[in-house]
Amino acid sequence: MTRTSNSEPATDVVVEPGRSSSATVARSLAQRFSIVIALVVVVVVFGALRPGTFLTTSTLQGILGSQAVLVVLTCALLIPLTAGDYDLSVAGVLMTSQMLIGVLNAQQGMNIWLVIVICLVTGAVIGLLNGAFVLLFGVDPFIVTLGTGTILSGAVLWLGDSTTISGISSGLTDWVIVNRFLGVPLAFWYGLVITAGLWYFLEYTAAGRRLLFVGRGRAVSRLSGLRVTRIRWGALVASATLAALAGILYAGTTGAADPVSGEAFLLPTFAAAFLGSTAILPGKFNSWGSFIAVYFLVAGTTGLQMLGAQSYVSDLFYGGALVVAVCASRYSRRKEVREAGSL
Amino acid sequence: MAVPAGSGGAPRAGALPVVEARGVSKSFAGVRVLDSVDLDVLPGEIHGLLGENGSGKSTFIKVLAGFHDPDPGSRLRINGEDVALPLPPGAFRDHGMSFVHQDLGLITSLSVLENLRIGSFSRSRNWAIGWRRQRAEARRLFEEFDVDLDPAARVADLDGTQRALLAIVRAVHEMRTLRGSTRTGPGMLILDEPTVFLPETGRRQLFSLMREIAGGGSAVLFVSHDLDEVREITDRATIFRDGRLRATVETATVSDTELVQLIIGRELPDHSGEREEVVPTAATGAMAVEDLSDERVESVSFALGPGEVLGLTGLLGSGFERIPYLLFGAFPAASGTLRKGAEVLSLPGMDPVKAIAHRMALIPADRQRDGSVGSVSVRDNAMLQVIDRYSTWHGLSRARLARDCQDTLHRFDVRPPVPGLAYQSLSGGNQQKVLLAKWLAAEPEVLLLHEPTQGVDIGARAQIYDVVHEAARSGCAVLCASSDYEQLAAICDRVLIFDRGRVARELFGDEITKDRIAHECYTLADRAVPAGPVGPTEGEGEDR
Repeated sequence: MTRTSNSEPATDVVVEPGRSSSATVARSLAQRFSIVIALVVVVVVFGALRPGTFLTTSTLQGILGSQAVLVVLTCALLIPLTAGDYDLSVAGVLMTSQMLIGVLNAQQGMNIWLVIVICLVTGAVIGLLNGAFVLLFGVDPFIVTLGTGTILSGAVLWLGDSTTISGISSGLTDWVIVNRFLGVPLAFWYGLVITAGLWYFLEYTAAGRRLLFVGRGRAVSRLSGLRVTRIRWGALVASATLAALAGILYAGTTGAADPVSGEAFLLPTFAAAFLGSTAILPGKFNSWGSFIAVYFLVAGTTGLQMLGAQSYVSDLFYGGALVVAVCASRYSRRKEVREAGSL
Repeated sequence: MAVPAGSGGAPRAGALPVVEARGVSKSFAGVRVLDSVDLDVLPGEIHGLLGENGSGKSTFIKVLAGFHDPDPGSRLRINGEDVALPLPPGAFRDHGMSFVHQDLGLITSLSVLENLRIGSFSRSRNWAIGWRRQRAEARRLFEEFDVDLDPAARVADLDGTQRALLAIVRAVHEMRTLRGSTRTGPGMLILDEPTVFLPETGRRQLFSLMREIAGGGSAVLFVSHDLDEVREITDRATIFRDGRLRATVETATVSDTELVQLIIGRELPDHSGEREEVVPTAATGAMAVEDLSDERVESVSFALGPGEVLGLTGLLGSGFERIPYLLFGAFPAASGTLRKGAEVLSLPGMDPVKAIAHRMALIPADRQRDGSVGSVSVRDNAMLQVIDRYSTWHGLSRARLARDCQDTLHRFDVRPPVPGLAYQSLSGGNQQKVLLAKWLAAEPEVLLLHEPTQGVDIGARAQIYDVVHEAARSGCAVLCASSDYEQLAAICDRVLIFDRGRVARELFGDEITKDRIAHECYTLADRAVPAGPVGPTEGEGEDR
């Protein structure tokens, strides 16, 4: 597993308040909430530049609702990342699940709730297969999921006959984007609940701790009696199942199934996951950090587009954010190891 | 100051030495680990380098390799010419020296030929590689040294002997290709314990290769732990102890007793015949190991009682260090059973999950890699084995976890006792205390330790001994595999000494002293002249 160390961000040195000066406390707080600050800055700057369009309720509601898909997909990715494995097939699973809804519900007229169950089961099966290739054949998950993800996007094109399928049951769109709570589409609240649930799992359960140990030290975990194979496999199944759920939300958000647009989710998902790992719990993949990172990235690209930037700006922004985030987490890791060494 | 005893009586006296070291010293942080070493190595001789761990022989080798910068006042002449110190890294090549380190430095995923030529690839200015010509050259080279290797084979598919032979042939080949320049002289091959993990037939092959090289006029410097080997192959031997060169002797005229005395530095009472045969004490113990074997351990049996601290030791390559891992299922055994209470467990089928279910705990020597995750907090590391006790219907009870962790850190005197600190920011001794805390929290019945005080400062060492004793007092059976004889003497009730994969001696009570253990280890390794006690492993070298 040569890539384990790459996927693992900075060290979580928790500075003990009793031992440190107020300056270090301030510095550590600033780091923890850097992403929140960045989000506020972006909103304020674009709000000031385009008060008429950026800071309107409908823009905010639109962003909050539509980007829930990215939130859920990022949560899916965080699970294998915490276990030290990459999953590049999450976007492929999302597309598969969205296309299944298009074909089975819009074209075949199958009951939407039954289709949702089929989507989730399909996701879980894909995760099982990913795990089988990775763990039974001992192949690097980076390569395996790159392959399965590509197979899935091909299968989606074939399944959907390369066209967009509209006419998805309003039962789904109602429950995803049309119905609102506190004026915000339900999709946003789903993303919030999943983020909170993942946070709880990673921070407040024994299983979450085990997942972290498996990601940080395979040999240690094995010698500590953790069932490393089972845990890694489980992480891949969970990620594919959650990615399928993201696909359901995506179909509900757009009301249609198209065979290509889902691919564009892969990079923002990684950008949000790594950017999120530099904040809230710096050095750990964590769901609140990623949640805020998603909205920071989206606010940034939306604002730039409102200023007249072309749509390619989002690629520049997401790609740049990923590189900066990974470098930042490496840097803070080195720095904290150095500081820890001088304790 | 050490005077090289008996230098001058060398077989090829009068020849210009390949290496003349004069007053070579090396200090680390004010501590002299190498003290005024005067050593000559002559062309055409096989020169042994003997000494315990930390005696300074590796430091000396590293000075020659240009890895260490020796203290001022050190002088080195190569082929009669003074050389400026420190030698720049890699300069040894220009002087005709070539090193084979214990890890051999082969890339296992590449072919024999690619490994053979790796040095020349890195220096070559040619664009293309003439593979056909290279293959033919390699075949000629292997023929010349009577080594049966296929240039196209992958190194990963070779056995240990073939790999060692390849590494040595490569070193010789390098020496020769560099001989074009005038400064290189006859050349010197330096072998740093290449035989430790080889079977008997492999040693034979290696020795004949070494003789051929020396016969061609080059010098061979052979670092070893094994008196038997040094006796068999070398013309002269130099013994290091505590950083000083104690003597250079003619191998043919020195007795074993003299050699052992030179190595461990004290005259020892003769223990011959005290113990006729090793029947490891069978007790109604916490556990009994029967017939445990793997690639380097052969048919090991012993019992371990509750409250007992049993030490396992031996020289490098004797296999003792594998026992804790085999019992814990960290890597698979070829055969063997573990009887624990009424249960009989098959050791080839052992794994850590099963071992933990049977109340066993393993504290590995490599803390960073196998024992703990440095980037995770002390709390998470310390509480990993018992984390399920803190699970409630609403998740982990983090307050209780933090409180208990704090208590544990105070109890084990971990400094600073801060649960939230990253594990890697603790010192070695405190890291080890956290590991002990982690495993003792699960109240094991069998505690397996490997080099438990490696990289641990003296103060923490005593505390760790206390922890081990305390665990034993409460009924835990402790197995400690260690090459630190002083530590074994400090904590063990009984010590088993391994030789070539077998239990060869058992020491009890008053017998367990640092000197006695060292003496037994070195005399066991010396089997060419079976003077003194005849242990059960003697004369069994043929079947491996």
